[in-house]
Amino acid sequence: MTTTAPATARKPATMAQALTRALRDAMADDPSVHVMGEDVGTLGGVFRVTDGLAKEFGEDRCTDTALAEAGILGTAVGMAMYGLRPVVEMQFDAFAYPAFEQLISHVARMRNRTRGALTMPLTIRIPYGGGIGGVEHHSDSSEAYYLATPGLQVVTPATVEDAYGLLRAAIASDDPVVFLEPKRLYWSKADWSPDAPTEVAPLGRARIRRRGSSATLITYGPSLPVCMEAAEAAGAEGWDLEVVDLRSLMPFDDETVCASVRRTGRAVVVHESNGFGGPGGEIAARITERCFHHLEAPVLRVAGFDIPYPPPMLERHHLPGVDRILDTVARLQWESDWTEGRGE
Amino acid sequence: MTVLEQPGSSRNKSSLAGPPPAWQPRVDPTPLLPDAEPYRLLGTDAAARLDSGLLTRLYTELVRGRRYNAQATALTRQGRLAVYPSSTGQEACEVAAALALEDRDWLFPSYRDTLAAVARGLDPVQALTLLRGDWHNGYDPQEHRIAPLCTPLATQLPHAVGLAHAARLKGDEVVALAMVGDGGTSEGDFHEALNFAALWQAPVVFLVQNNGFAISVPLAKQTAAPSLAHKAVGYGMPGRLVDGNDAPAMHEVLTEAVARARRGGGPTLIEAVTYRIEAHTNADDATRYRSDAEVETWQAHDPIALLERELAARDLLTDAFVGATRDGAEQLAADLRERMNADPEVDPMDLFTHVFAEQTSQLRAQAAQLRAELDAESAGHTEDAAGTDGSAEEARP
Repeated sequence: MTTTAPATARKPATMAQALTRALRDAMADDPSVHVMGEDVGTLGGVFRVTDGLAKEFGEDRCTDTALAEAGILGTAVGMAMYGLRPVVEMQFDAFAYPAFEQLISHVARMRNRTRGALTMPLTIRIPYGGGIGGVEHHSDSSEAYYLATPGLQVVTPATVEDAYGLLRAAIASDDPVVFLEPKRLYWSKADWSPDAPTEVAPLGRARIRRRGSSATLITYGPSLPVCMEAAEAAGAEGWDLEVVDLRSLMPFDDETVCASVRRTGRAVVVHESNGFGGPGGEIAARITERCFHHLEAPVLRVAGFDIPYPPPMLERHHLPGVDRILDTVARLQWESDWTEGRGE
Repeated sequence: MTVLEQPGSSRNKSSLAGPPPAWQPRVDPTPLLPDAEPYRLLGTDAAARLDSGLLTRLYTELVRGRRYNAQATALTRQGRLAVYPSSTGQEACEVAAALALEDRDWLFPSYRDTLAAVARGLDPVQALTLLRGDWHNGYDPQEHRIAPLCTPLATQLPHAVGLAHAARLKGDEVVALAMVGDGGTSEGDFHEALNFAALWQAPVVFLVQNNGFAISVPLAKQTAAPSLAHKAVGYGMPGRLVDGNDAPAMHEVLTEAVARARRGGGPTLIEAVTYRIEAHTNADDATRYRSDAEVETWQAHDPIALLERELAARDLLTDAFVGATRDGAEQLAADLRERMNADPEVDPMDLFTHVFAEQTSQLRAQAAQLRAELDAESAGHTEDAAGTDGSAEEARP
């Protein structure tokens, strides 16, 4: 559904700027869109994503709330019940935890509970992930918690263009979206025209970011640039890697993922959050169930270690990097030989 | 030496300067404080000014409410309801909540407040859907302006604040009435809801039914506050303490708070002092945590009996009126009994219908799986039926 407008000036823009633009355009298009959260008004958010919105749309539309995540989300539920489209900011991944009861007991199931009579057109923006040198509780990757809750859509952009398009789509959705913003990509830049995505793309479509033939890297959010770099580096070792950016973890695009894995015969899932109980396990299981006869090797995972998020001076050892991805890709070959009885 | 014993730790004795002079208390707390005693009308001189029409209306609703509670409890014994948290003894709170609101207002009930929803005009069978278990909610909240009965404690309170705030932003004079129990006041969502409501001056009325126990835990183990109504002061809203078994007093206090909210006066916290005559639910054994003597004290303060005294003093408690009221209540119970004794129709495919606006491919696949299982099941039933058929018997060798 995404269309490209006639050539408009493409200038360098950061992901944070694209997000701001998405909020601004959504608020301008639809008076029921309200932005709320701690520091989103006068300050423009600690990452400046809501910069200028209070000034442009007034404090009733972009509201600095009291410091209370359950209260922010709980009142947003009531606002949505009265026909508004709240966009809530949780400031940092781990700060969202006090709001979990509202999210899980009400936001995720209000449509189901009321047989569609009450819907929750809510977007919950959560900056997430590490790599910015944050101290404890400022770098968690919480996506598995959200994925484990039926009724929530879980979306995460990895590019400047997607930051705009996916946030517009999330706000337009009649169901709640946990919108995970990879905070280490906030300042990533791209030549981008804000006018380009004139239509809102549907949620739940993965995108192939790099075509390849010998294995598929499946990733999302902050790990996409890492995977792209790994794919380039792998060429020197004779690997032609395909990279799939999920963009949306729920709905999950089985079709694109499985079509890619059937072509390449090998798959590695890459994400920052811990591997045990993380999204990679579910993705690997889905691929195995649907593509087993096409697989030349087991589906492998490159994930953060199964530890509480480490302090900033150690996080580079925890986060999946290019070398760890390449080492894992190399194992695909070994595993393949082993599977065929040639590895002994 | 503790921190408190350290020299200079007491503000009065400190030689250090206090806060800069710019500091001012934000609100004078005195007008926000509740009265020392719960507000009462019945049995006081002030009862004389009460309107007879209101009294008979309240009486009718109380009697209907009690009969409804008894019938719903009976339905649990017959297995027709999975559980029922009775509000017997608290009917005045429920009825006042319903009658204080206008049609355009919203009610946010807790799981014990089925009766408030019914008194507001909701179909009694629809009100019991959650407790019967055929779905989580049996009515359209938008149509009735009644939020789904809320099972998690106090989590509906911020919803009420948000809805009332949104209504005011849209220029609608809508008030939200949020109901919670004494136990629910200990939850974080209670605090956050009251704080937001006061900050936004949202048109919300919080009604705490202090019925003495959170399942088995008494109020003394729930809060150290002088009363639950006193909690209002800390948020900057007025707290009102009222006798929850005095139906006209409840009606008056709630109506005033609703009117105040509607004209932009902000939220109110009302504590209704009442008592849960029945156990927490039919699954609870109340004899383990309270005495018969205590229950009897409260039975002597029964909301229906209290109101009957006033009606009798006015010669309104005629045989004809009492009989007609009872007949009406019996009719309600008979209708409820009859309709609840029919097995509800449940469609298993509904499991997938209302998860998302647009079905995901995963849910489509699971729906197809269940459809196939249901088809196989019904085909199996057809075979079974054929197997017990006489002609089939004869066909065997």
